[in-house]
Amino acid sequence: MLPTLGGRIQTRLVLLAVVGGLVTLIIGPLLPISAPLSVVYQDTFVILAAVAVLGVGWECVYHFVMQWRWEKDWPTLFGLVTAIPEGLAVWLLLQAGAIPGISGTVPGAAFVIDFVLVWLAVWLVANGPMRVPFIRWRFHGGRLV
Amino acid sequence: MTDQPTGVARAAATPTQPETVQRRRPATGDAAAGAGAGPGAPAGSGDLTDDLLRSDQWTDEMLRAAGIPVTDVPFVSIGGGIGSFVTVDYLRIAGVSADRIAVLTNLDFAWQTYEYLTRVSQIPKPERIRSDSASRPDNIWGFPSYALAEAVSERTFAPLWQVLIEPIGADYYTPKAGRVFAGLERESKRIGWSKMLVKGQVRMVRKRQGGGYFVILTPMVGSTLTKRLAYRAEFVHMAVGYPGLRFLPELQEFRTAHQDYHHVVSAYEEHEHVYEAARTKHLVVMLRGGGIVASRVLARLMDDRAKYGLSTEIVHLFRTYIASSHGPNAWNRRKGADGFAYQGFNYPKSVWGGQLKARMRKLEGEDRAAAYKLMGGTNTPFRRRWQAQMKEGREAGWYRTMAGTVEQMRLDQGKIVSVVKTQAGLVEVAADFVIDCTGLEADIAEHRVLADLLEHSGVGRNPVGRLDVERTFELRGAGSGPGVMYASGATTLGGYFPGVDTFLGLQVAAQEIADDLVRRGFCRRIGTFRSIQQWLRWARNKQP
Repeated sequence: MLPTLGGRIQTRLVLLAVVGGLVTLIIGPLLPISAPLSVVYQDTFVILAAVAVLGVGWECVYHFVMQWRWEKDWPTLFGLVTAIPEGLAVWLLLQAGAIPGISGTVPGAAFVIDFVLVWLAVWLVANGPMRVPFIRWRFHGGRLV
Repeated sequence: MTDQPTGVARAAATPTQPETVQRRRPATGDAAAGAGAGPGAPAGSGDLTDDLLRSDQWTDEMLRAAGIPVTDVPFVSIGGGIGSFVTVDYLRIAGVSADRIAVLTNLDFAWQTYEYLTRVSQIPKPERIRSDSASRPDNIWGFPSYALAEAVSERTFAPLWQVLIEPIGADYYTPKAGRVFAGLERESKRIGWSKMLVKGQVRMVRKRQGGGYFVILTPMVGSTLTKRLAYRAEFVHMAVGYPGLRFLPELQEFRTAHQDYHHVVSAYEEHEHVYEAARTKHLVVMLRGGGIVASRVLARLMDDRAKYGLSTEIVHLFRTYIASSHGPNAWNRRKGADGFAYQGFNYPKSVWGGQLKARMRKLEGEDRAAAYKLMGGTNTPFRRRWQAQMKEGREAGWYRTMAGTVEQMRLDQGKIVSVVKTQAGLVEVAADFVIDCTGLEADIAEHRVLADLLEHSGVGRNPVGRLDVERTFELRGAGSGPGVMYASGATTLGGYFPGVDTFLGLQVAAQEIADDLVRRGFCRRIGTFRSIQQWLRWARNKQP
């Protein structure tokens, strides 16, 4: 990807909302959580929102890191492996009870499945199909508006 | 020069532009007129009359009096290479019908010049060009990327894996030339390229009184009743490519003095005989230049050496020898070593869409020229295979690099001796062949149509001396009533967008031009739904 800071943030928010929301909706009933579906959805959508909100901060960090790259690009692999620190951060906040709106406890396995699938879907869409509906997106640093 | 009949072109040149823009206008009263203006043909002959040659702006009546037939087409693209193709492709997808577009060209197919240049500069069809996976001139969306298409058609994950780990764990993925040409051929048929094509040599573009332009075409001999044809268009797109190549002065002098076009060659012209000679005897080949073409030629010499067990020696002369990473500060440092500056593509990648594109768009004049200087310069990609070959050559002594400039060249016992000025003094290097890979480009005024344009239309030059275009790729100063002239490709290098002479750069320009044409009511905007619908048509190989 060739993002600008604004483009990074816009892309993250839109893709998490649309693609992430869709994936969360689909996998909710399949997650290993022993709670009513409404609770599962509440927890997974709160996690999704947390990834989005914290992500604005993360994108600022990535933008800073990118300044040391001559090409000022963000290689495909970086977009994938950043899942690790981001996932860990959300998990730690979850464990610390620092994410408001979570009902009960989210099992580790359910969190990993949820987070990894959402991340993969968003990453895959950002690295190809996104260019089909948004033909100007890639030339505008990932900005949608 | 006269400004008959109205002199609007001169008025259009009033300085509302940045002060770095230079305009090439003869002094008032200069009767010598413009480039190529000689005695005109008689009225009614179907050729250019004096009146036409000398006037910046033409009337319909002037064409009628000259007897030149006029065809109306709203959008004319001049050039017919990949620049024209990408722009026309975009417009066709935006809903412009083929009968509203004419492509005036001397090429049979859009990738003809590109295919020739890649072939002679050692990128035959099975080899990989220097272009990104998602830079597809046959697909405005860049999806599926070349890597994905290659993975599917060749049933292998290797290209996808390479894209995943590039550039840290592997070289940048780049597509094979043959795949690029095949894709262009498919898209060319899909959009009806041949229906829009008019063969001939474009002679000039002049403004039309009342708006729009006349484009004069010299058709193929015998194909028409008159020597010239005129196209009356509201919008004209110039995509004439590189104005020409220049040799290094000392190489040109040597070639001219000795009439030797065999031992001193340009990498951009046929020079297969060098590789053939290397297969028959021991040779010393001198390479000049440190860009991608030098790397390609070097790779071919090294490949042949290994493949046929040859003893070819290579002396590689760099004018600017890059010994290590370089740049003004820690966040602007480009890799370099062994003479080369290393960069994946012509420019840092983000000029095609990211941070640098956004930044360059805001720069004017000297600031822009300085930014070009910082990120430009001769560079080549770091490819692991080439590195291994060069390392082997350096260790074995058959590949040597030098830094310096050539003071003199002479023939001595059948060898070409170059006297090289180095930091350690003058050094003589004898070689059997010298290959110029510097790829110096000629001035835009050496292109006949561009020279005429600079002379008669009011367009100017940008901070690096090429055609001065707006962010929309509209040629500044060339407006004619509601008519607009655009330019894209190498002739616009130095503008608000740096990567113009690349596949993706041509697409960036095409998008800007198409969006500008939307604002002017010529075509529909490609919005989300149209984009998806048209992509599905592309995928099924259906006409736009």
